[in-house]
Amino acid sequence: MESFWGSPVGWTIITVGQTLAVIVGVMVSLAFLLWGDRKVWAGVQMRKGPNVVGPFGLMQSFADFFKFVLKEVIIPAGADKVVFLLAPLISFVLAFAAWAIIPFAPGWVVSDINVGILYLLGISSLGVYGIIMGGWASNSKYPFLGALRSAAQMVSYEVSIGFIIVTVILICGSMNLSDIVNHQAGGIWNWNVFGGGYLPLAIIMIPIMVMFYISALAETNRPPFDLPEAESELVAGYQVEYSSTPYLLFMIGEYANIVLMCAMITILFFGGWYFPVPLDGLGMPDWLLTIIYLLTFIGKVVFWFVMFAIAKAIVPRYRYDQLMRLGWKVFLPASLAAVVIVAAYRVFGGTI
Amino acid sequence: MSLMAIAFYLMAACTCVSGLLVVTARNPVHSVLFLILSFFSAAGLFVLLGAEFLAMLLIVVYVGAVAVLFLFVVMMLDVDFNKLRKGFATYLPLGGALAIVILLELIFVNIAVANKGAAAGNLPHYSAAKSNIRMIGEQLYTTYAYLFEMAGFVLLVAMIGAIVLTLRHRTYVKRQDIHAQVTRRRKDAVAVVPAKSGEGIQE
Repeated sequence: MESFWGSPVGWTIITVGQTLAVIVGVMVSLAFLLWGDRKVWAGVQMRKGPNVVGPFGLMQSFADFFKFVLKEVIIPAGADKVVFLLAPLISFVLAFAAWAIIPFAPGWVVSDINVGILYLLGISSLGVYGIIMGGWASNSKYPFLGALRSAAQMVSYEVSIGFIIVTVILICGSMNLSDIVNHQAGGIWNWNVFGGGYLPLAIIMIPIMVMFYISALAETNRPPFDLPEAESELVAGYQVEYSSTPYLLFMIGEYANIVLMCAMITILFFGGWYFPVPLDGLGMPDWLLTIIYLLTFIGKVVFWFVMFAIAKAIVPRYRYDQLMRLGWKVFLPASLAAVVIVAAYRVFGGTI
Repeated sequence: MSLMAIAFYLMAACTCVSGLLVVTARNPVHSVLFLILSFFSAAGLFVLLGAEFLAMLLIVVYVGAVAVLFLFVVMMLDVDFNKLRKGFATYLPLGGALAIVILLELIFVNIAVANKGAAAGNLPHYSAAKSNIRMIGEQLYTTYAYLFEMAGFVLLVAMIGAIVLTLRHRTYVKRQDIHAQVTRRRKDAVAVVPAKSGEGIQE
């Protein structure tokens, strides 16, 4: 059997199976996270939120799904038909392509590549094409303005995200996500947010983590940085002309990206699948350990998703020039300085 | 045929066809989109060569940043390609000559590679234990450190030049002072004036 799974056919079957497992897993959890998002949002505004479909309204996302799918797809007369329909597909596919390299538990990763972080950065920089193509192909003013805003915003914040990731790479000495998580093994004090084993670096890494969180909000067009779809100015930005399934694809892609960003914060700063206290010496069987690690990872991701939801509910929207100022004049110099300090510490500071 | 060969032919064909469509597409925005597709499949070819770092760099830098700005400009300029195509016949000889020169150069490079490069057995020093990020880094920061830093300075000069060219000092524009806005308190902005009813306030 070993030889069959090693052959091209067997390899293809395994990879397709793993990919499907990840996609379906992410999709199903997205349905419930969306429900959670709306519940948090409602809770802050003292409403009840979705509570009709299913127990506690848990099936609300599925009801929405069927509603979207069964509606008519409307393509504006002046639209560039091919690009118009391609744009949501690109958004959707890219959002899920990035999940290929996320390690959920030890060894639980579809593709464990050496340049994992660069791949993530590349895929998230490609995500802008879905939005900009959708905005242009709609052949309408509001979507176009929304697309331009979104492109400028995502390109700006990618720069600071890149520098922040460089500090993590400097601490861990690897671009492989599994290596980065393994570097943070052994307890909460080894997590990158507390310096990843170099405790004095915690004074740099804690603000860096906050900056990453804010940049992630901007990168995924989440409130308070949701200017591409600011309804008071642009109706719904690049999505104005979309309806039915294409709109659904945009929506799922957006949320998949948000959860991806939560997973990235978890992996880069909060020890990935590792439990806050070391569990190695307790003599647990491997399968139990793997399940605990998987649940820890999911728990951390859900925690950060709730943080995203709370930011959406309680923070007022930024003005566009303030957004650009924050990205270029505050985050970029600060993250650059952090890269210099962390690099200097790694060269001259020795190990503690 | 192995999976590698299938992937290679798929991506090579995609690169060539989309490259051709860049110059033949009627709509300039479609041209840029095909350009992006050809960048993307070229990155795929790099991955097949085992140069995953170069591939990711190609995507992050060219596809993620440069091509977005291309798309930006082309979308906003509203270029009329039919007008541009009118000069096609006059520029054909010059363009054709340039194309032939570039084609010859490519052929020479390929001959050189076939005779002296990887195809002739002179593979670059490669060991599976080192990732190619580390190998590129060691080369860049030791052997070619000065050249690398010089390239950095050239880019810095280009950046400063672009900023200087576009920087205008306009004195009549009101600018924001973020610090003043953030530190402003209620007592700086609000004053309680004892106003008599029916009289209003004189400044």
